[in-house]
Amino acid sequence: MVKKMLAKRIIPCLDVDKGRVVKGKKFQDIKDVANPVELAKRYNEAGADELVFYDITASNEEREIFLDIVEEVAREIAIPFTVGGGIRTVQDIHRVLRSGADKVSINSAAVKNPSLIKEAALKFGSQCVVLSIDAKQTEENLWQVFINGGRKNTGMDAIEWAKCGEELGAGEIVVNAIDTDGEKGGYNLELTKLIAAAVSLPIVASGGAGKLEHFSEVLQPGCADAALAASVFHYGEIAIPDLKKYLNENNITVRGDF
Amino acid sequence: MIAIVDYGAGNIKSLQFALNKLNLASCLTTDVQTIEQSNAIILPGVGAFKDAMETLDHLGLTKTLLEEAANGKPLLGICLGMQLFYEKSFEDGEWEGLGLLQGNVSRISNSVKVPHIGWNTLARLINSPLVKDLSNQDYVYFVHSYAVQDYEQNSLIASTSYGGIIPAIVQQNNIIGMQFHPEKSGKTGLQLLQNFGELIS
Repeated sequence: MVKKMLAKRIIPCLDVDKGRVVKGKKFQDIKDVANPVELAKRYNEAGADELVFYDITASNEEREIFLDIVEEVAREIAIPFTVGGGIRTVQDIHRVLRSGADKVSINSAAVKNPSLIKEAALKFGSQCVVLSIDAKQTEENLWQVFINGGRKNTGMDAIEWAKCGEELGAGEIVVNAIDTDGEKGGYNLELTKLIAAAVSLPIVASGGAGKLEHFSEVLQPGCADAALAASVFHYGEIAIPDLKKYLNENNITVRGDF
Repeated sequence: MIAIVDYGAGNIKSLQFALNKLNLASCLTTDVQTIEQSNAIILPGVGAFKDAMETLDHLGLTKTLLEEAANGKPLLGICLGMQLFYEKSFEDGEWEGLGLLQGNVSRISNSVKVPHIGWNTLARLINSPLVKDLSNQDYVYFVHSYAVQDYEQNSLIASTSYGGIIPAIVQQNNIIGMQFHPEKSGKTGLQLLQNFGELIS
């Protein structure tokens, strides 16, 4: 039996557009898959440890629809969830937390205005401020931070940005590897390990899950504390109970009855 | 009616939704009279210790909470809410708490990643009605960077392990604290809130 301790987390990610969950490959070619509230309930029952909702459009009128979804999800499920997408101000953060979200994930807005992380951490506590980094390898041993849905290279070094995020007061870091996202060839272990070694915050790996082994690889000591995935769960290619059973058998501590 | 003290910015809607599921009536309030007339109080909390104490003072609620605690009304503190029950916190300085429980609040050991985020197990030390129908080693969801230390040993109902022993559930008479978030801890968390509900009436 695996020794009981802080469990590694499995986090389905739901990209929401106009009230529906969608899935893109390399951030483009978006396909409609399901109703977010229904999917959230299903994942909760299957044993997901957390959920992430990204509002991928975030125009003003669609923002209201999205906040209604956040509230409905909070009403239906009793596990933590993070909201990202279109978070630009402390007021935006306040609104999603008041709608029932536990954490906010900040990406482009933090690059444009790093003090947002600091202000949010002071006001709401570090535990609810997640810095999400979209990184792409541009040269050997160089990963740079991209923003605006992976379209714009900021020229910033991803590892330095992670350290800076920790200093500003982020409580967790999502490492989203653009190169591996949607490819189902495995997480970017090299980048995830580099960032895990550079900061002392919990690390969530994102982008590239395709098989059970990918999860056990990325959840090894010195790498990620949580693994985020979307399409393998949405399309039923991997069922969460099977994944957790597999991880438990491979000596990775996960929450569940085995 | 359970009064949920709405003194800050965090996610307290989830707590109310969880109580609704259990048919436990609650209201979000900062009104002294409503709190006095309630039959139990929940002090939630996210954010910083100092700000939270200042907000309670500013709203005139510190005195009310102390009086209600002295009257024997069940008081549940969740996460930072639990920490506020103690004498002192060393979060970015040194701050006085409500002093309802003996002990103080310090940063979690640097030997582990801080914040302590995620699902960790409850080791049950005392068989209390509060942990009725729970199994040993049930998982609950924690998010915190500070934890209670130098507490009264016999107030410890359950602990978890993260860079040392962390008090997870404490109780001294009508004062109850949960360091994790029962409203975010799936079925186990709902059971704990249900057990709290049964202590009330």
